[in-house]
Amino acid sequence: MTNVNLPIPEPGHHEPGITDAESNIELKEVEGLSQGQIVRKRFFRHRGAVIAMIVLGFIVLLSFSSVGVVIGDLRIPGWWPFTWTELTDIVDRTRPSVTHPFGQDEVGRDIFAVVMRGAQQSLMVMVIAGVIATLVGTALGALAGYYRRGVDSVIMRFTDVIITIPLIVIGAVLGNGLGNLGAAVLGVVIGLFSWTSLARLVRAEFLSLREREFVDAARVAGASDGRIIFRHILPNAVGVIIVNSTLLMAAAILLETALSFLGFGVESPDTSLGKIISDNQAAFATRPWLFWWPGLFIVAIALCINFIGDGLRDAFDPRQKRVPSARTLEKAERKESGHRGSAGPSDTGSNTRGTVDATGRGTPGRPGSTAGSPDADGGR
Amino acid sequence: MATFVIRRLIASFFVFLAATYLMYILTALSGDPLEELRLSASPNKESLIEARINLLNLDVPPYLRYFIWLAGVGGCFIGRCDLGVNIQGQPVTVLLGQALGQTLQLVTTAAILAIIIGIVIGIVTALRQYSGFDYGVTFTTFLFFSLPIFWVAVLLKQYVAIGFNDFLQEPTIPPLVIGVLAVLAGLFWMALIGGAIRRKVIVFAIAAVVTAGVLVYMDLTRWFENPSLGPVVVILSAVGAAYGVTAISTGLKNKRALYSSLTVAGVGVLFYLFLKPFVFYAMTLPLYLGLAVGALVIGGLIGWLWGGPDRWQSVRTAAIVALLIGVVISIDEHMRWFSAYAGSSRVGNRPIATIGAETPNLGGNFWIQGVDTFTHVLLPTLALILISIASYTRYTRSSMLEVLNQDYIRTARAKGLTERTVVVRHAFRNAMIPIATIVAFDIGSIVGGAVITERVFGWTGMGQLFVNGLDHIDPNPVMAFFLVTGTLAIIFNLIADLVYAALDPRIRLS
Repeated sequence: MTNVNLPIPEPGHHEPGITDAESNIELKEVEGLSQGQIVRKRFFRHRGAVIAMIVLGFIVLLSFSSVGVVIGDLRIPGWWPFTWTELTDIVDRTRPSVTHPFGQDEVGRDIFAVVMRGAQQSLMVMVIAGVIATLVGTALGALAGYYRRGVDSVIMRFTDVIITIPLIVIGAVLGNGLGNLGAAVLGVVIGLFSWTSLARLVRAEFLSLREREFVDAARVAGASDGRIIFRHILPNAVGVIIVNSTLLMAAAILLETALSFLGFGVESPDTSLGKIISDNQAAFATRPWLFWWPGLFIVAIALCINFIGDGLRDAFDPRQKRVPSARTLEKAERKESGHRGSAGPSDTGSNTRGTVDATGRGTPGRPGSTAGSPDADGGR
Repeated sequence: MATFVIRRLIASFFVFLAATYLMYILTALSGDPLEELRLSASPNKESLIEARINLLNLDVPPYLRYFIWLAGVGGCFIGRCDLGVNIQGQPVTVLLGQALGQTLQLVTTAAILAIIIGIVIGIVTALRQYSGFDYGVTFTTFLFFSLPIFWVAVLLKQYVAIGFNDFLQEPTIPPLVIGVLAVLAGLFWMALIGGAIRRKVIVFAIAAVVTAGVLVYMDLTRWFENPSLGPVVVILSAVGAAYGVTAISTGLKNKRALYSSLTVAGVGVLFYLFLKPFVFYAMTLPLYLGLAVGALVIGGLIGWLWGGPDRWQSVRTAAIVALLIGVVISIDEHMRWFSAYAGSSRVGNRPIATIGAETPNLGGNFWIQGVDTFTHVLLPTLALILISIASYTRYTRSSMLEVLNQDYIRTARAKGLTERTVVVRHAFRNAMIPIATIVAFDIGSIVGGAVITERVFGWTGMGQLFVNGLDHIDPNPVMAFFLVTGTLAIIFNLIADLVYAALDPRIRLS
């Protein structure tokens, strides 16, 4: 699904359903670029992903700089005048005002500060859970896929045990005992139990990659197992890993809010976005701002992560290539048919824009032309 | 094949055994079940604690107490299930039965609708890849996917339930709202149907005018106070269903299929006009289900009688049309009872419920009960659909795109097959192979997947059983929940693999 090998130009070989014009457009895009450059280029072409990255960066900056950070006993204050615990004088019957742009709750806490702290906590859970799940999932998946047999069976049965238990159950059970230890612990717990899907995918990737010629070549050259895993196979599986860890992170942030909502996550006096909503559920009719702001931040963060994940998938997956629009294709075709002196089929207009149907597929592919053939292994 | 199934089941059994052990220990160790009693000030505190210890075998340490529980579960194999008692002393087996009923009522409709809508949207976005419609749908599904369900739930309660109930007090639609809705409907159909500018404008105009006309009509006749579809709409939708289903299923060129669908539509309309009052007078659930099966059989029979070289095409088409018309007639009948329901003293003109699974002590006939179920299921179902539609749309879209890029699709087009045949028969069927496994897997997990939805909407289903058990450090209900969800997950995982192998001949189970 997400093989990241470079397209190898191969004479006379055609990707299914690709015309010369199309493949020429495709090839021109990647000519003379390294894999990293191609991925970066494709990612930045995904407008949604780029916007999402900017928005997410802004949220991170805002939440950590405004109310400051607390690490153990060390407290770095931010530029916002209030903190999330202090009770302030009630202004304008707690409605949003100049001093309290997000409003206040019924005892006078500044909701901007509370939401910023909540966003910090949720982001922290997301990153910690994402990193831990990625490390554990990759390590176990790689071991199972590379060594197969006994190691594979043991690891995959262990994965089955973990996967059988729904994630929300584990979070709730452990959160019940450990919940008041705060967001960091919650992140670790979520991370320790959400690596299963990634482990399965990495294993499948390793199972197919370890049979490839370049691994044989490395082994013949005397490379150790560790070197083969880290230097030869892992870089080829990095697409699967990155894409799925972003999805894990999006799931982690929603899981954190859900757990806090059920009362198994972050506990008072600290706060998280899910907990703010849970605490103020009944207040929607009287103080809707207690409800809108934390919700909007959850949605914004999760949406950004999902979009970034989508952009990364597009960037890493050569098979999900962008079909050129009818206009680009027509232009390229006209140019090509000009070379050959024959008229290319014209675009009939309706219903063909951007779809993968009949537009301009009349041109027969000339043997000898080069077509990008992302070397799909079809092993899965 | 048989060896594969047996080996899988045995492996799953041991994996599941290990998982239940883990779960039991975790739940039992997550707190002290006696804490509330220890903190209480009642004079007979000691005897209460004693009683609870005896009730739940708390004198046995958890890693041994598990086996007491396991022995009770083992009784299921000889017909005497004993899942223990909860902290109040109620038998969990009974609680589980009630909870399962409510959860199924809650999630079944949501799951079916989410799957159908998601797949349809996924196909349309794949056919219109990188169009405005595609981008719009992608963004919307991502947005829904990122919503916490409890947040959606509160919004739905506020704007759908309370808003609609307020609207029903004085059901007039302001002209501005009509205008906005008409433009939105126009844009939606324009994006969906697509095509050249000229066609887009025409589609937009027709959709907007029709929407505005319907809304004005509803406003003028005060339709919302006494809603029904009426004979005209029923006849129109019957004929529309006949043409629509035939167009997708066999193509309108297949005259025999078209005629059988139209015959079915005619029979349905005749039933609606003349027979309905006699049959619907004393409706019961068995009769209702019997009518649904009867509709399928009669539809199939009509298709079979029209026959033709490929009889089953007509049978299939006519049966689907019959079922659709049955659904329309049933909706119409429910609507006729709506005002009686809304006006009843228990409901008090605020029909859309925000909490609970049914109106207590409502009474009334089959249709009123049906309306009651509908008004209670509406909000949670909407919330669940919004959240779960995204993954089906994305999966269908990418699967469909992959298939549409294959050589055999180009061959099919080159042969001169119609676009319908290419999309429905060559592309759709192959694209559905991976989707079928995802669907099978999801159906296995829906029973346990609505924990938060149940909490927010006040249903006492499986999720509530589980969360309450966790709250009270009460392993037995938690384990009952886990037993059901885990077993279903294992079974449907296996079904997913079997379905995959059955649909795709290249896959071999070993």
